[in-house]
Amino acid sequence: MNLAYRDIRHHFGRFVLTAVGIGLLLMVVMGMSGIYRGMVEDAVLLVERAGADLWIVQKDTHGPFAEVSRIPASLGDRLRVVPGVRSADNFVSFTVQRELEDGRQLRAVVQGLDWPADRGEWLPLTAGHAFSRAHYQMVADRSLGLTVGQQVRLGKDFYEVVGIARNMVSSGGDGMAFLTLRDAQAVQGDMVGESIRIERQARLARAERIDISRTQPVLTERALGPSGAIPAIGPPAVSAVMVRVEAECDVERVRGIVSSWPDVSVYTDEEQKGFLLEGNVDRARRQIGLFRILLVFVSGIIMALIIYTLTLDKVHDIALLKLLGARNRVVFGLIVQQAMLLGAIGYGVANLIGQWVFPRFPRRVLVSGSDLVMLAVAVAGISLFASLLGIWKAMKVEPNEVLA
Amino acid sequence: MTGVGARGPAVEVERLDKVYGSGNTEVRALRDVNLAVSGGEVIALLGPSGAGKSTLLKAIGLIEAPTAGRIAIGGVAVAGDDRFLVNVRSFRREHIGFVFQKANLIPFLTAVENVQVALEINDEPARAARRRSMELLDYLGVSDRAGHYPSMLSGGQQQRVAVARSLANRPDLILADEPTAALDSVRGRQVMELFRKVSHEQGASVIVVTHDHRALDVFDRIFEMEDGRLRPHEPSP
Repeated sequence: MNLAYRDIRHHFGRFVLTAVGIGLLLMVVMGMSGIYRGMVEDAVLLVERAGADLWIVQKDTHGPFAEVSRIPASLGDRLRVVPGVRSADNFVSFTVQRELEDGRQLRAVVQGLDWPADRGEWLPLTAGHAFSRAHYQMVADRSLGLTVGQQVRLGKDFYEVVGIARNMVSSGGDGMAFLTLRDAQAVQGDMVGESIRIERQARLARAERIDISRTQPVLTERALGPSGAIPAIGPPAVSAVMVRVEAECDVERVRGIVSSWPDVSVYTDEEQKGFLLEGNVDRARRQIGLFRILLVFVSGIIMALIIYTLTLDKVHDIALLKLLGARNRVVFGLIVQQAMLLGAIGYGVANLIGQWVFPRFPRRVLVSGSDLVMLAVAVAGISLFASLLGIWKAMKVEPNEVLA
Repeated sequence: MTGVGARGPAVEVERLDKVYGSGNTEVRALRDVNLAVSGGEVIALLGPSGAGKSTLLKAIGLIEAPTAGRIAIGGVAVAGDDRFLVNVRSFRREHIGFVFQKANLIPFLTAVENVQVALEINDEPARAARRRSMELLDYLGVSDRAGHYPSMLSGGQQQRVAVARSLANRPDLILADEPTAALDSVRGRQVMELFRKVSHEQGASVIVVTHDHRALDVFDRIFEMEDGRLRPHEPSP
């Protein structure tokens, strides 16, 4: 006769409520690990999706995911002639926070894609399509809350949302907005009219202070015109260049060549991921890890107290069983089976509710199979630990308590 | 008595002493108690509260070891000189049945399961245990309440189930501690007659601690306890 089952059957409502309570607690533990996984996944997502073999960044910097990196846009041209390089796409990344026409705040990480080589066809789209034009189109992550066809003003121009992607967020949790590289640079370098006029007057003043303006008067005229018309002023810088290497070519050989250039640093895909994870993500990981350990302890203590209380409720029955001559394993079975069942049902409840709740979190909560297995083992351990307290109490129960 | 060693009296208590505490707080609950009960015999222990009745029952039931003296059940020495001489749980399981003032049924088990659990604890297969439990409930007239939880049974019905549980493993000895205290006189007498019936039909010895003088006629012998001493009961004229 399974006494644990019969006790549960008799106190079914109480047992279910307790199991749901434990389940919610375990769901928090599960969620903490999911938040960590989601953070790591989000951090390396773009690097993984971009599929670059090498990242070329400003000399002595770790690249745009770790710090500010500015390299000339012409670097791509130099890279394309390196033997073994299949493609070299400029990469621009920066964060914007603007107010939409409906009053909502739009905070997004703008990524510039090197049209026409990169049309964003690798993006995981849930609606719409990738870029079909060189300008004024945007592919947005669905977390930004934009819809296909919506017009978003960034800088002086409106961009039409042509595609919605999923799970494209930065390590900070902001959704990504993809523009063509030129559009991204235009947004990044956007200045209001008054600023432009002031800058042009400043240029004129600088030109007039040097003698060349007197010998070349056309320079002062150019100083008052657009920056693109002044050869001395280069095009806007980019953050990095993504290099893809020919299939038959050795990545290390290309890296060796580019590394010898004095103005850039070269990193592999894996190194970029490493920089991403060693920075803010690592601190967050350790913070969440410690919090998760605390939660496991709290869950263990709460479960132990619940099992202990359930055992206290049965002290008289345990004394009676002992008086009737029940072996210790009968009493232990009653306690351990209930603890394990509570843990198992709690785990199931955590899993079930988590599946419903986690997708509604503002940031991705990614519960991996290995995390589920680890949590299951932890729950089994907690349940056993919890039952030890109950068993300790049961061991102390004397049969003559029935006669008290 | 049919079980255990089956030599001599079913229960034999010799020069039993039980002392609680020490020094100034010492209490002598049993003083030189001698008792022999034959198989199939039903005896009553009378006496005021604190006289030592329950202490004697606990000693014979292998719940508390006597400080001095010897207890033999079915010819087997089970306790002596402040210790038990057998595996008490195993011995209780196989040879002793208990009935208490309160029925002490397990609240999360139905009536039949309360009987069945005693059998399964003694390694009886579940199916056979179920069958015997139903037979016992039928024998005690509560088979129609087999599927009910204790909270759904009257006091008398609960006590009948408790008696059925005490009989489950065909014990050589049934110890009952004020089993009728919570029952009215009619039901109290029914329970006492039940003990007599099972004792005579199944050969078990029954020792009943009671305050109830209204049903003393069902007992084969009656003893009285006072200040830890046991003596035959002398009916008042």
